[in-house]
Amino acid sequence: MTARSEHPTDSAAPLALRVRDLRKSYAEVLAVDGVSFEVATGEILGLLGPNGAGKTTIINTVLGVLTPGSGSIRIGDVDVSRQRSLALARTNFAAVYASLPGNLTVAQNLRFFGLIYRVRALSSRIEELLGQFGLAALRDTKCGVLSSGELTRVALAKALLNRPRLLLLDEPTASLDPAAARDIRSAIRALVRATDCGVLWTSHNMYEVEEVCDRVLFLSHGRILLAGDPRALPREHGARNLEELFIQLAREPLAHPAERLA
Amino acid sequence: MRVAPVMAILLRQWYLLRGSPVRALPMFAWVGIDIVLWGFISRFLNSVSGTSINFTAVFLGAVLLWDLCGRVMQGLTTAFLEDVWSRNFLNLFASPLRISEYVTGLVIASICTSMIGLGVMLGLAVPVFGLSFLALGLRLLLFLLVLYGFGVALGTLASAMVLRFGPASEWLVWPIPALLSPFCAVFYPLTTLPAWMRGVAYALPPSYVFEGMRAALAGRPFAWLPALGALALAALEIALAAGYFVRVYRRAVRTGLLARYSAETVS
Repeated sequence: MTARSEHPTDSAAPLALRVRDLRKSYAEVLAVDGVSFEVATGEILGLLGPNGAGKTTIINTVLGVLTPGSGSIRIGDVDVSRQRSLALARTNFAAVYASLPGNLTVAQNLRFFGLIYRVRALSSRIEELLGQFGLAALRDTKCGVLSSGELTRVALAKALLNRPRLLLLDEPTASLDPAAARDIRSAIRALVRATDCGVLWTSHNMYEVEEVCDRVLFLSHGRILLAGDPRALPREHGARNLEELFIQLAREPLAHPAERLA
Repeated sequence: MRVAPVMAILLRQWYLLRGSPVRALPMFAWVGIDIVLWGFISRFLNSVSGTSINFTAVFLGAVLLWDLCGRVMQGLTTAFLEDVWSRNFLNLFASPLRISEYVTGLVIASICTSMIGLGVMLGLAVPVFGLSFLALGLRLLLFLLVLYGFGVALGTLASAMVLRFGPASEWLVWPIPALLSPFCAVFYPLTTLPAWMRGVAYALPPSYVFEGMRAALAGRPFAWLPALGALALAALEIALAAGYFVRVYRRAVRTGLLARYSAETVS
């Protein structure tokens, strides 16, 4: 199997994210090994792979909280390593492992992060997002006492505060029941249609990926193994569905990371 | 430096204080107890010593100024630790917030909270124990600047230590003022110290403040040059502490420590 489509389907669309030859190692372990890909505006790109494949390392380098060993990352036309603050002003993220401070209320958290992202007309933006995510009744509730589903909605509201051109979602529906997860997926798809935001989405739920993503990249041992349309890829590779293809790829023998480092 | 992100850091501290009165207690409880304790000790010494030394000014004034320095340091460190305790680093540092804005926000928050402590200390020490700083005149302003500056430097250094060595290193931070107080000659002249301790004291700006305060209260001529030198030293130590914080932060970004900073991260 070979990587074929690290580029957006619509090659004329402006790019929300461009990653070139990204490498990162931790001591002797090569976590990301020369990864290149793009996310177009209005596109949802799924980043798939088994645990330890390098997905979170890629997300952390894009977010500027991890310095790449080599390679370049551009958000829109801004280089993250050179103009980090400007690049991140156009970006936002929600991750299951980055919950908002539990000792602030929903509205306080949104105001706090709204100021950090220098959101204009912040009060009306907060009201808009509280309404959009059904959080109006919880506005004065501390985040520490919210359910997983409610926390996810708050995290997404925070992630949309600055109307990002690039949105990174690391397993955004991991702790949600199927109905809540479907609502969140619909909301994000609607957002992408309305704003032309580019989305980088990681998930272990292959049904969700088929439903939401325009394109997927399969990562393993820090490399892109396969890329393409999540609805067409299983047929092309003789799998019944995306989950079966994921399992095949996750078990595919690769050169041992230590050998690749040598 | 942009205003809104700095305001965000300040607003967060305000929300935390407003939402939990328990957080406000340390701002004035410990310093208030110190003032009451040393107020009575000073009153007792004044009654039995039979000398012309005003122990209220010498001891109680020294306690007040030293506690203020400690409150500035602890105010800054506590504001930083709020982000450690709530595991908020990823949300903060994966945003457009600049390190300079973050640290500036922490410093201003600390200055504001320590002002409350100062107000409480003065509110007790002046009317109850008759403490007066009038003899210090404008020199008091200089002393306060030096102590605020040194408190900021210590707080920045302590925050960098927690970032570098992980949340468990928090216990190293709290005793710092107690550890430094013997060297700063808070209650006695520098000449009391052995030579090696004096060597350390010369690198600590508060030692010049307490020497200057005692000289002024005893009616001796005030040496402006060392006092202004202490202000410059405090500014230098702020710059060094900020440089160390930035260096630790960059290392944390390079190694991935920042991205996975959690309960017991030490590398």
